[in-house]
Amino acid sequence: MSDRSDILPTRQSMGRIADQLTDIPLHFPVERRWLIAMMFASGLLLLLMVSVVELFTRGVGIWGINIPVNWAFAIHNYVWWLGIGHAGTLISALLLLTGSEWRNSLNRFAETMTLFAVVCAGIYPILHLGRPWYVYWMFPYPATMGVWPQFRSPLEWDIWAVLTYLTVSLAFWYTGLIPDLAAARDRATRRGWQIFFGVTALGWRGSARHWLRWSQAYRLTAGLAVPLVVSVHSEVSLLFAAGQIPGWHSTIFPPYFVLGAAFSGFAVVSIIAVALRSWFGLENLVTNDHLDMLGKVLLATGLMTGYGYVFEVFDALYSGETHEIQTLVDRLAGAYAWTYWGAVLFNFIPLQALWWRVVRRSGWMLLLVSVSVVIGMWLERYMILVTSLYRDFLVSSWSHFTPSFWDWSTYFGTIGLFLVPFLIAIRLVPMISIFESKELLHEEKQEKQHA
Amino acid sequence: MPEGLYGALAEFKSPEDLLAAARKVREAGYRDLDAFTPFPVDGLDRILRLPRPTIAFVGLAGAVAGAGIALIMQFYVNYDYPLNVGGRPIYAISAFAVVTFELTILFSALAMLVGMLWQNGLPRLNYPVFDTDRFHRASKDRFFLCVSADDAKFEAGETLAFLAGIGALSVELVPG
Repeated sequence: MSDRSDILPTRQSMGRIADQLTDIPLHFPVERRWLIAMMFASGLLLLLMVSVVELFTRGVGIWGINIPVNWAFAIHNYVWWLGIGHAGTLISALLLLTGSEWRNSLNRFAETMTLFAVVCAGIYPILHLGRPWYVYWMFPYPATMGVWPQFRSPLEWDIWAVLTYLTVSLAFWYTGLIPDLAAARDRATRRGWQIFFGVTALGWRGSARHWLRWSQAYRLTAGLAVPLVVSVHSEVSLLFAAGQIPGWHSTIFPPYFVLGAAFSGFAVVSIIAVALRSWFGLENLVTNDHLDMLGKVLLATGLMTGYGYVFEVFDALYSGETHEIQTLVDRLAGAYAWTYWGAVLFNFIPLQALWWRVVRRSGWMLLLVSVSVVIGMWLERYMILVTSLYRDFLVSSWSHFTPSFWDWSTYFGTIGLFLVPFLIAIRLVPMISIFESKELLHEEKQEKQHA
Repeated sequence: MPEGLYGALAEFKSPEDLLAAARKVREAGYRDLDAFTPFPVDGLDRILRLPRPTIAFVGLAGAVAGAGIALIMQFYVNYDYPLNVGGRPIYAISAFAVVTFELTILFSALAMLVGMLWQNGLPRLNYPVFDTDRFHRASKDRFFLCVSADDAKFEAGETLAFLAGIGALSVELVPG
């Protein structure tokens, strides 16, 4: 690895990095822009609240769902949000284990993104319940009715997978944050910040004994988080694949879903990376080399997702099953063909620009490609859901799905649910890992000395 | 242990200086040592002879507990409320795999992270070293070595002079 060029510019000092990153919460530099973004995000969150009140008052009939399309936006956006979340864990855990140092400038905000994306995903199945106030029926508690949850059903697996994922992500995020909270505590001058960081840093003092245990716990948890991500999104795909609906009942689904999740997630990480670095002037930490690596990962996961598209078609044809082939034809040329071709167009056409180094290294162009991927993956989840359901086995039950106003308002509202806590997190905690950046900078300087 | 004294603290500029100093301090016969650094310093544990962490075993115990609880729970609820779904087996281990896996990870990860804090004695918001003037840089860009006052060889004036003689930027006593 020593012949590789440095990912962090070595002409900066450790102290400078610590000051620069702790200053973001302590002396927030872009108060105005942050307030404008916060107002926009709060507006969307308000929209969500209104939509949820309307939903709880009048029931799921306010959405466009019907029989046979009884799963639509709720599960579609659930899968979309959860998929976005997965890139955060992959960046922080998988790349930690493989020793990819470029992750150190990205992992903190990617993990933060994961937390709030999982929250957005998690509320959807609850909203879709019909009687959401009975959500506790999903948990095994000794009910007076004498019944227990059905553990042989993927719908029951779901709640365990998502809650586990949320809890482990939160614990992993916080553990990685403790040393940086201590750094912010030691820089804080105002009483309020001293108390906030003093309490949240738990008295971390960087003792060699503590670092030893911390490193082992952090790396082992990362080792657990990687299979966890794969299992969670595989489990989500089993919600579909374990049923018999044509277009869903396929063994390609778990890898197809996991790769698509990583693809959309890396796109969102790229968007956040470009936005944060231009907001806070972090070009010395999130360098063009980082964008270059993100672009490459985006391209690679995109091509793997493309392979899933090819294999899905092959799977249907190879099965020789009439309904499977009918669903395939519906996808390519049916009433919702625009979702299929829209997904192909948005996912894979602008993506090809990433073969060029100059595109990967340009923030704006990477941003545009990433936005296109996020739209494309959204269309893909729409396509997978609706095209399988609207024409199933019985012609008499064929129908159509058109999203209603409340479908859209709930969906845009969850973007507010994501942005509001994310903006608060930017305001409160260092969004780039301070100690890992310093560690990497030190290693690079050492290598330079020895060279 | 001298009354009201925690130890002697020496400040160094880089991890390499700290490692070299730690080696010299060991050679001089000091045993009760700790270091405070802004990031984990490779090799420090071997020089200071720190005990190997046991977090992995805590994680293993958590994993076994998680898997056990998940399996017992799923077997029990299907025993207590058997539901025949098209003649499929009541105790379907393959269907129990997902929740078992999730709980294994959940218990293992939480056991390791809570165990790490527990073994480290955290949260503990105050600690003697925080009372020194320069320690705030331990989270920024300075590397500190601390000789505990409990050390058999500790002698306030002598130890400070020794630490100053091996290249420390500053030395000071930590009140206990």
